[in-house]
Parts: sequence; structure tokens; C-alpha cells
Amino acid sequence: MTIAETQEALLAEFASCGDWDARYQKLILLGKALPPMPEAMRIDANKIKGCQAQVWLFPEWKGGLVYFHADSDALIVKGIVALLVRIYNGQAPAAILSEPLTLIDKLELTRYLTPTRANGLSAMLKQLRLFAYALQARQAPA
Amino acid sequence: MESPTLAKPKESALRAAFPVLSRKVHGKPLVYLDNAATTLKPAAVLDAMDHYYRHGTANIHRGIHTLAEEATAAYEGARDRVAAFVRASSRGEILFTRGTTESINLVAQAWGRGALKPGDEILLTGMEHHANLVPWQLLRDATGAVLREIPVTEAGELDLGALPGLLGERTKLVAFPWVSNALGTVNPAAELVRLVRQHCGGKILVDGAQAVSHFPVDVGALDIDFLAFSGHKLYGPTGIGVLWGRESLLEAMPPWQGGGDMIKTVTFESASWNELPHKFEAGTPAIAEAIGLGAAVAFVEETGWETIRERENELRRYAEPLLGAVPGLRLLGAAGERAPVFSFNLPGVHPSDIGALLDTEGIAIRTGTHCTMPLHARFGLSASARASFAFYNTRHEADLLLQGLDKVLRLTR
Repeated sequence: MTIAETQEALLAEFASCGDWDARYQKLILLGKALPPMPEAMRIDANKIKGCQAQVWLFPEWKGGLVYFHADSDALIVKGIVALLVRIYNGQAPAAILSEPLTLIDKLELTRYLTPTRANGLSAMLKQLRLFAYALQARQAPA
Repeated sequence: MESPTLAKPKESALRAAFPVLSRKVHGKPLVYLDNAATTLKPAAVLDAMDHYYRHGTANIHRGIHTLAEEATAAYEGARDRVAAFVRASSRGEILFTRGTTESINLVAQAWGRGALKPGDEILLTGMEHHANLVPWQLLRDATGAVLREIPVTEAGELDLGALPGLLGERTKLVAFPWVSNALGTVNPAAELVRLVRQHCGGKILVDGAQAVSHFPVDVGALDIDFLAFSGHKLYGPTGIGVLWGRESLLEAMPPWQGGGDMIKTVTFESASWNELPHKFEAGTPAIAEAIGLGAAVAFVEETGWETIRERENELRRYAEPLLGAVPGLRLLGAAGERAPVFSFNLPGVHPSDIGALLDTEGIAIRTGTHCTMPLHARFGLSASARASFAFYNTRHEADLLLQGLDKVLRLTR
């Protein structure tokens, strides 16, 4: 699936939630479903600055594609990072850097994201794209 | 749940004074329980500030024209109000600052640099807000002084038994919060002062940021040397605070910032200082904010301490057992004397989740460390959620908080 297709699919999943409580519950469940992050990766170097809760993000590259390990000690934040992981996992760096993130606005999640959390989201996205950028630079012919 | 309204005067009238209380958040009536971070502002404060800008903007002290004289009278009138509010012995003892933080930094720099020698001791507590800790760390680094700490018990109270052993010839300053911003503990200030005076000749600074909105203060009766507090936690605007200092001490202290208004005469080579309080107020001050603070003090006095204390005590007594009954909820501290401030944790739920989910219900609380990282470390926590009440809050709002916490538990289970 492309980044756009994954976002469409997630949008449809959230649309089937009745009310805001159900959406939050869905977000929390997505977070809980993240594969456990190996303890060795839960280190300060992999922490994202700008979030009130602790968030760890660690990339892996396989065959020119990027895969992310992520975790947080807060459930909603973990849900948000899980959304991002689902959207960007297994994508090429060029796609991660060029395709827009539309889901968060369409879900109207930002309506409920206070600036602290919204900033945390932009910090996560920035870090994710930095990883993609680093990989792209590494792949570029010398 | 049945929520009988509190006693006289009418709750609705008290609440009507605060315009923000009529707004909605996410479609729900705002439940403002973040009063320890900043209180809401009554219309009287907003009107006083608006009036200054709309009818009389002028700089103070130097102008000869009507607007300047009116502005000076309003600004200095606010100082008189504050002086009476804390029972200062003269208006010169009231210095306007940006807030508690700046007040404490002023003492650390203007008093501390001259008063402390290597090895001298500053005694603090384990429940300091960072504003009453970091300025002393900076002073320690500049002077070679040593920081010591009165420990905090499991109940969230100061271990007074340890105090005499911490006081000695080298104790030059004892600084403590009258009310803990995280625990709500009301420290026994009079008892602390008595013990300090008995065992050493050190100066005493009280961080009154969380105290002045809850009960009346009499700096003379308390026999302290410095009191720092903020306007914005006292129903006043941000950007204005107070340092009360004993006049003899302030007289002996050098200025800490140079500029206009704080001087008597200036030549190119040197300057002589203006008298108190102006010696410590360099530059154009926060005029509108000072006027707003004066209005806030008048508002508190008109509302009456009896009303404020009665309502806050009743809210605390009502909310505490309700919170205690939430499954798994861990309340920080259990001091006998406390302000209506509750820091807590829920098992398996990060405080930021509690705050975010309560926000969807229109309920505003604080999450994080509340600028008390050492205190959180003492309780083995990295963060907590804090609900803090003011006299305009209601039992019904405490009920809504409980319903909100039920929702948090339901959604995060």
C-alpha cells in the first residue's frame, strides 16, 4: 500500500467509530498493538524531544525501505506514533519525504490535540523524516 | 450525583465575576482545575488594566502632565494596596518584579552575592518549586556556598525533627515554600521561623506563590525577611510579582539591575541610587500589570478571606475522599494542613493521558512534574496529574472530575 492508501484505510477505520470516545479508544488500541520495542532501543539517543511523555523512535532499513520501531509510556501518544508507523512503515525514503500527512487533519485529531501534544506530533514527524532523509543521502550515488 | 451548593454568598455571583468561566471547551462547560498554575482573572482586574490603556497610557514618575500623574498615582496606589495586603511596615518594602521567580533571583543576586562566602549554607526543602531552587544553585556556583535540604516525609510534610541538626553558624539563609505547589501541603511557617531563629542567625525567605491566594499574610507577625509571590496566582495578571523585604535589608542591598528610575544622579563615571522601592525597579515597569495586581488584591479583600477559606476548605474536604475512592488512585502526600491541591497518579495510565482525556471533557488540569522534579524523584515518580481548586470551583465540578477519571480508566483499560 502507498502512504496515501494507508491513510485512506485508517480514515475508514476511524470513520466506523461512533463517537470521540470510540476514536480515542481506537487510537489507544492501535498503540497497544505496536510490537514491543526491544529494551536495547529504549535509550535516550532514540528519544524524541518535544513530547511531554517519553517517545522512542528507531529506524531500520531493509532493501532500501524504512521500518520503524516505536514506543511511548503514554497511551495516546503511543497511539499517535503507531499511526505514523503504520503509514510510513515499509516505504521508500523518497515517498516518506514527499507524500503529505493528511490523516491527522482529516481525523480532526488536532481539534483535540493541545499544543503540547501537537508539538509532540510534529517532533515525531520531523524525526521520522530525518531518518528517511539520512537513508536517502546514504543511498545517493557518491 | 447530588451536589448541594455551598453556603453564602451566592456561588453564581462569585463565579459571574470571572468571564472565562462562561466559556465552553470541546462543547462542554469549562471546568478549570489548574489554579495552582494560574488563577482565572475577575472582570475587575481586566477593567482596571483596560482603563489604564484606554484612558490614560503614560509613563510613570517623570511626567509632568495629567496622564503621567494619573498613571503614577494608579501604579503607586497598587503598591500601597499590596503593602497593606501583606502588612508591610512601609510601602518601600514592596518591590514590583515579574513574578515569584524574579523576586527570588533578585534576593539571590542582590543579597546573596554580598552575603555568602565559600562554605556558607543555604537551607532549602525537598519540596521546592524549581524557582526556589535553581537561583540558589546559581548563587552556590558563584559564591562557593553549600545547599542543604530539609527532607520531606512520606506524608508530604517537612521533617521538622531534622531541622535543628541542619541549622548552624554557617546557615546564612533558610528558604521554604509556605504552600507546596505539588502537594498542597501548608508548611507550619510560624514553627519553622521559630526553630530557625532559635538555632541560627540566617535570613528567612518564604516562597509565597501558592499561599497568598489561600489565606491572609502578615509578614511582620511571621518574623521573616523576604516574601516572594506572583500576581497571576492571586487572580491578577501575568508579568507582575512582588518581593517584600525587610526595609533594613533592602537598604543595605546593592541594586541588581541598572537603568532609568532606579538612580538619583548619574555622571558618565558613576551613579547614586534612588530610594526604596525604586532602587530595585530599573526601567519602565509593568504599569498596567501592577495596576491589575492592585485590583486583584482589592477583589480578594472584597470577596473576603472568610468566604475564600470556607469554600476552599469545603471543596478540599469534599474532593479528597472522592479522589481517594477512585480505584488504584495514588494521591501524593497526605498532609493534615493542605490547600485544595491534589497531585495523583492512576496505575498504568500516564499523566499526559489523564490530562488529554480530561481535556476532551472540558476539564483543565496540569500534568508533568509541576516544576518539582526533585520532589517527584523523592516519591519515585517521573510525573503526576494535578487538580487544583480555587474558591470559585464547585462540588459539581469535583463530581465532573470524578466522572472524567472514570472515563480515563474506561478508555485506557
